Amino acid sequence: MQLTLEFGGGLELLCDSVKIHNVNVDPPQDGEDKFTMKSLLAWVRTNLIKERPEMFMKGDSVRPGVLVLVNDCDWELSGQLDTTLEEKDVVVFISTLHGG
Amino acid sequence: MEEEAGVVKPKKNGGGRLCSLCNQRRPALKRPKTLEQICKECFYTVFEEEIHRVIVDNQLFKPGERIAIGASGGKGFIYLLLWFSYRRISNELLVYLNLVDSTVLAYVMSELNRRHNYGLDLFLLSVDEGITGYRDDSLETVKRNEIQASELGQMSMKGSRSMYGLPLKVVSYKDLYGWTMDEIVKIIGLKNNCTFCGVFRRQALDRGAALLKVDKLVTGHNADDIAETVLLNILRGDIARLSRCTSITTGEEGPIPRCKPFKYTYEKEIVIYPCHLLFTYAYFKRLDYFSTECIYSPNAYRGFAREFIKDLERLRPRAILDIIKSGEDFRISTSTKMPEQGTCERCGYISSQKWCKACVLLDGLNRGLPKLGIGRSRGPNGDRQREMKESNGTRNIQSKQCGTLDF
Ligand SMILES: [Zn+2]
Ligand SMILES: [Zn+2]
Ligand SMILES: [Zn+2]
Repeated sequence: MQLTLEFGGGLELLCDSVKIHNVNVDPPQDGEDKFTMKSLLAWVRTNLIKERPEMFMKGDSVRPGVLVLVNDCDWELSGQLDTTLEEKDVVVFISTLHGG
Repeated sequence: MEEEAGVVKPKKNGGGRLCSLCNQRRPALKRPKTLEQICKECFYTVFEEEIHRVIVDNQLFKPGERIAIGASGGKGFIYLLLWFSYRRISNELLVYLNLVDSTVLAYVMSELNRRHNYGLDLFLLSVDEGITGYRDDSLETVKRNEIQASELGQMSMKGSRSMYGLPLKVVSYKDLYGWTMDEIVKIIGLKNNCTFCGVFRRQALDRGAALLKVDKLVTGHNADDIAETVLLNILRGDIARLSRCTSITTGEEGPIPRCKPFKYTYEKEIVIYPCHLLFTYAYFKRLDYFSTECIYSPNAYRGFAREFIKDLERLRPRAILDIIKSGEDFRISTSTKMPEQGTCERCGYISSQKWCKACVLLDGLNRGLPKLGIGRSRGPNGDRQREMKESNGTRNIQSKQCGTLDF
């Protein structure tokens, strides 16, 4: 499944300073019928974040203060971790904890 | 990247629920303040009009006043937005017009000034710290953004929203203090520089505003910033600061009052506001939205207090406003004798001591004793300084990180 991920507000520094990532994630495994934001975050942590993962995640969600938009829409409206992702979705992560 | 991203397919949410304000369009965000699910259009309106209410209810401005909008260097967040008319501001100046809070503030202020006829003479004030790395990187981004901006200028974003600029004035550390940060670091080394960063930064806007003879300085401090400061001041037991930090206007006794029109505005909304204004995502994704931090800062991310605020917000978004409220209530109920707020004998900046911190540090630099004012060494404030520290628990400036919020 193809997704576009964008990191902003300093988060790009955690993934080699690359802001936009066009990625291919494995489609849902057997037993799971959808690929959710929760799975995506785990995938990002393993595959994209190169340093200081604690700046991006806390537990299995994003760190509080990181804004998530799925196709231009606040992820709080689409169910946060339970948001189901589909082919060609665009997910934006922006840290509001800008530097000191 | 291929250009198919211009068309955005919205996620299903809340069973196809509609905006709770207009009941017509699909919601795009959840307001932390009210938990309402609202659409982009209603979001602009409530966001802007709430700030207007704050301005009117608190009588922040009078017609004819000359107002500087401060882009404080404290956040090191380069975020150039598109709505300033770039052609009226030279590249070099634009570099400093960089922070998300102050940029949104500038935009909203000029929009409201026009819409509601405040009659204010607005301009942007920014400070050149004289940090080389910082500047060069940013300049590159400015150039890139400028090209994108002119392209965008040809698209109409949203009917009535025209792009126009505010005059921008830049004052340098050299103008204000006689030293650039680079020169300071050359002398004192990297280890102690954030003492200078913090102290100089805190005064830079006020000194700049005084230099430009403005009536008031407005800053982009938002509700999250203020809640954080309340919390820190409670933890430090700093009653004097606690009483000041929730005031929407401060420094009325000094030369230039400062005010904070975003006092009740959540950071989440400030960050999301330009995103939504700029969406089309196709454009947003090409806008350079990157952060640079004070390259001398060992830890540019905020400390635990900020983290704690964000944790609270996730559990209960109202918590931010509640903390501000408790800070306000505290002020009303306190009868503790406050340390006197005097002014610095040298520069006139508000100071509870004979000389303000910046003047102490500068005196050290100029006399070739750069460690003066850092830590325990004896400065011109001598014993008085130590007494103050013991009596009101003011934290030693050495332990302050660059970017610590102070109002
Ligand atoms: Zn609406
Ligand atoms: Zn610093
Ligand atoms: Zn002074």
